[in-house]
Parts: sequence; C-alpha cells; structure tokens
Amino acid sequence: MPVNIDVTGEVLTARLEGELDHHAAVAIRQEIDNTIDSARPTLVIIDFRNLTFMDSSGIGLVMGRYKKTQEIGAELHIANTSPQIYKVMRLSGIERLAVIDKGGYKNETNK
Amino acid sequence: MKPINEVKINLLSCSSNESFARVAVASFIAQLDPTIEEINDIKTAVSEAVTNCIVHAYKERIDTVYITVSIFDNRVVKITVRDKGCGIDDVKKAMEPLFTTAGGERAGLGFAVMESFMDKLSVRSKSGKGTTVTMTKQLSFRARSNG
Ligand SMILES: Nc1ncnc2c1ncn2[C@@H]1O[C@H](COP(=O)(O)OP(=O)(O)OP(=O)(O)O)[C@@H](O)[C@H]1O
Ligand SMILES: [Mg+2]
Repeated sequence: MPVNIDVTGEVLTARLEGELDHHAAVAIRQEIDNTIDSARPTLVIIDFRNLTFMDSSGIGLVMGRYKKTQEIGAELHIANTSPQIYKVMRLSGIERLAVIDKGGYKNETNK
Repeated sequence: MKPINEVKINLLSCSSNESFARVAVASFIAQLDPTIEEINDIKTAVSEAVTNCIVHAYKERIDTVYITVSIFDNRVVKITVRDKGCGIDDVKKAMEPLFTTAGGERAGLGFAVMESFMDKLSVRSKSGKGTTVTMTKQLSFRARSNG
C-alpha cells in the first residue's frame, strides 16, 4: 500500500510511501477518505516522511483532503515535507490553510 | 545549435509510465553530474508534462507520448514532450495558475510547476492536432568532488 493509516483517538495519521503522482493518487485518496469517513477524526495528519517524490497531483490530493476535513470540522496538518516536496507544495498556497511541519528537514534550505 | 548528446523516448500513455518517464530522463541527465535539487526539479517538470499528455491530451485513448532530451554545451538541458492529442484552444489561459479543465482533484498547477522548476518553458499547441512542451534548464557549474 502506498499509504499507511493509523487512528489513535480522534487523530488520524496517513503516512504516505513511495512516490505520489497521478498514477498513485487514486488509491491513496480512496484509502484516506474511507478511513476519514469511518473514524470521524478531529485532526488529520498527512505525513510525508517516507514519500520520495511528489508532483502537482499531490497538491490535488492535499487540497482535496483539506476540503474534506473542512466539511467534517476537522483540522489538517502536513508533516515532514522534504525540500523537493515542500518546493512543490508551496506553489499551492496551502500554507495559508493548513499547518506545515517540516520536521527533521527544518534546517535544510527550503527556498 | 546541435546537441552534444540526445535521447528519444516514445511511450504509451499509460499512467504507470509516469514514473518510468521521469526516471528515464533523470538517468540520461546523470552524465552531467547534476545536484540532487536539479535532478528533482527536472523529474518533477517531466512528470507534469507527461501526466498532462495522459490526463488531457489522450483523455479517451492510449496513444504515444514523444520525449526528447538534449544536452548542449555549457550544461544546458532541453526536454521536449509532445503528443498528438486534443490540443489546447487557449494556451495562455491554460498556463495560468489554478486553471484546469479536468474535474476530480487536479490543482491546475502543472504548468506553474514546470515554469518555476525549469528556466524556460514554451508551449505550442494546435486544437485537434496536439501539443509540444519545451523546457530548458541551465545546470550549475559547481566544483566537482574528486572521483
Ligand atoms: N498536453 C495537453 N493536451 C491538452 N490539454 C492540455 C495539455 N496540457 C495541459 N492541458 C490543458 O491545460 C490545463 C492546465 O494544465 P496544468 O498542468 O497546469 O493543470 P492540470 O493538469 O489541469 O492540473 P494539475 O497539473 O495541477 O494536476 C489543463 O487542465 C488542460 O486543459
Ligand atoms: Mg497537469
């Protein structure tokens, strides 16, 4: 599975794995949405630590999950974005909508 | 100007070929010993261009995507991604950030990614005939490590 989902209390953590492109996005989206629907979390964390590549399909996935969390009154956090992933992500302006935590990548140049 | 090296890759527009396309381009560029950031920029831009052929140009069918990677003197890389698909009516509008004609979860940021990750982007298209995306990038002249 390209995504590993864990629910602890009201926190749903979706850990992405491998590469997130148009090909991979469909299955990941379904898996996350199914779990959101059944678990009804108040906080959704998408963790990018084990993701090695992302293009604009990943932005679509994140923006879509942002809408979904808004609908159920939950918060969305984005965690552990590598420099490559952050560079793509910032073009979306998602920083104004969701908390981004660069985690261990904090000290690298994320221009 | 003539390239000092070049490769042509033709692939069918199956979505599983998106990762192949960017890895193939990256491994050809590797001979220039680019930085990790340069490799990632190029992989991301190629992924956008190829995905657009698959998602938009050949929406209703599987057809061929034509990629040419050329290396010029002075560490300039030029990548052309061409399709014979539906074409784009208004290229200027299509290139505006957030513009998308696809439903689902497309962000409309593919061209914005190509533009910001490469030095130059040009898009030529003819409705009903197809689209050619040309991107160039100047790789840095960093000091090489020994070996
Ligand atoms: N090769 C192509 N053939 C036909 N139409 C294209 C092609 N490439 C892009 N387009 C058109 O240009 C629009 C913008 O493309 P762009 O890549 O910026 O965004 P997107 O593909 O819609 O979304 P995203 O790339 O963020 O997932 C597309 O929605 C499509 O209408
Ligand atoms: Mg696109």
